[in-house]
Amino acid sequence: MSTPITKTSWFPAVLSFGSVFAALLLIEILIRLGLINRFIVPLPSDIAAALPRVIIEEQVFSRFLLTATEAFSASILVTVFGVAGGALLYRFRLLREATETWVAAVAAAPLVLIYPLYLVIFGRNATTIVVMGFTAGLAPVMLKTLEGLAGTRRVLINVGRSFNLTPWQQFWKILFPAALPTIFVGMRLGLIFALINIVGVEFLINFGGLGQLINELAERYDLAGTYAAISFVILISINVFILTEWLERWLRPVE
Amino acid sequence: MTLPATAPRGLRPVTMLRIAIIVVALASWEALSASGLLYRDVVPSLLAIAKALFDLLTVPDMPVDLSPFGLQGTASIPAIYWHLYVTFYEIAIGLLIGGLSGLVAGIALGSSRLLRQAYEPLLYYLGPCPKIIFFPVMIMCFGVGPGSKVAMGAISCFFPVALNVAGGMREIDRVLIQVGRSFRANTWQMVTKIYLPAMRHPIINGIRIGLGVCLIGTLLAETKLSNSGVGFLVIQAYSLFNMPLMYALLIVLFVIAIGANTLIGKLGGLDDIKRR
Repeated sequence: MSTPITKTSWFPAVLSFGSVFAALLLIEILIRLGLINRFIVPLPSDIAAALPRVIIEEQVFSRFLLTATEAFSASILVTVFGVAGGALLYRFRLLREATETWVAAVAAAPLVLIYPLYLVIFGRNATTIVVMGFTAGLAPVMLKTLEGLAGTRRVLINVGRSFNLTPWQQFWKILFPAALPTIFVGMRLGLIFALINIVGVEFLINFGGLGQLINELAERYDLAGTYAAISFVILISINVFILTEWLERWLRPVE
Repeated sequence: MTLPATAPRGLRPVTMLRIAIIVVALASWEALSASGLLYRDVVPSLLAIAKALFDLLTVPDMPVDLSPFGLQGTASIPAIYWHLYVTFYEIAIGLLIGGLSGLVAGIALGSSRLLRQAYEPLLYYLGPCPKIIFFPVMIMCFGVGPGSKVAMGAISCFFPVALNVAGGMREIDRVLIQVGRSFRANTWQMVTKIYLPAMRHPIINGIRIGLGVCLIGTLLAETKLSNSGVGFLVIQAYSLFNMPLMYALLIVLFVIAIGANTLIGKLGGLDDIKRR
């Protein structure tokens, strides 16, 4: 007996892409029929046609590199300070008990709203954007590092002790490698938070890479270009998430 | 020997450390403010911030028409309450629209394997994208007024609610579903009698995350283009370089955001789950 088409492995993907394509086609038809105002929603075919123009004329790749550099700088800062902060909380139990709830509260707080404060302190430049990304990503990395270190199996710690390892060796030879998969989950979260905030602040302060591009095109009332730039940013974001997810899976030990 | 029921105890070391951290932080702030190392007013004194906070919350500087309340004349209130009302209104409507549509989408995704395989990856990858980039589209569709902020709030909170509900649907005990089916419950009865009660915690958790991102989406939109709301006040304080006021506004915002987050967690019994 043959497998029903809906049970095949490729059908969900076809349905997913087919639905998106059908929705775009429907919007195209509705706009052409005048049921959707084309001065509010441009034709999907116009957006597709605008994509090469936006990529070439608006120097998308140099903007992408700028955003990527900002995100990379913020990620480095987040990793260094987040892992160090998490390790510090793990090392000093009292400090951990006193501040862990604060760090968790900071992680849940709408930190991006302090961007006007950073504008005043650092000015309208890349530093503001990088520091904003760093601020947003720090707490998750700290918490995940702490979680990873605290979750190290007792037997591994005892093995380290039986070899009379110094605290420094115990950290680098036992604790850190054992906590690495969880730390990487935190780094991934930190990178995603940083990236979201970096693109958002670029858009809000009209400075930098891809976020600024969307703002500029919107201010020029280049509708098709704006939608094309938004689509481009979404595609980039999705690819970054997939890449980090792949890296995380690669780092995770086989269960 | 019996100890008295309320034996006097000193402060716990954790509490003492917390107090010490707060005192050191405040003292460092005050020292930095007095040192002049940073630009003037970037780090205002704590007294200036406290005064700005007090004025913000108590000084009536906005006339309000009392006729809608059946009274004659006008009264003055601190303007912050009007702006808070606008922001709350936008967030509440955004949360309602985004939350309900997320709930429906989540139930649909969670109840069908095919729909989940086809559409959940779309939501999963679109969810973390920076939503503020959709703001130009929202302005074109809903104008520069509260409509575009509500839309930003709704689109922000849709994804976490939908994904949490879809995940919660999959975690429902199969026995409960079979009991509902054996009673020949229709779709509406299944949703209201089985799915929703069984998914209380994932829904509350989704709403909690949704509220956080809805708040961010709405307030960021207000900072970008608005003439009312707390986000507008923050960006206005930046434009006027009124730093004490900006700090006071940020304190109000963070207290509200963290308070709402904690309240929803407590109301939804999320703390009980963690303690169990």
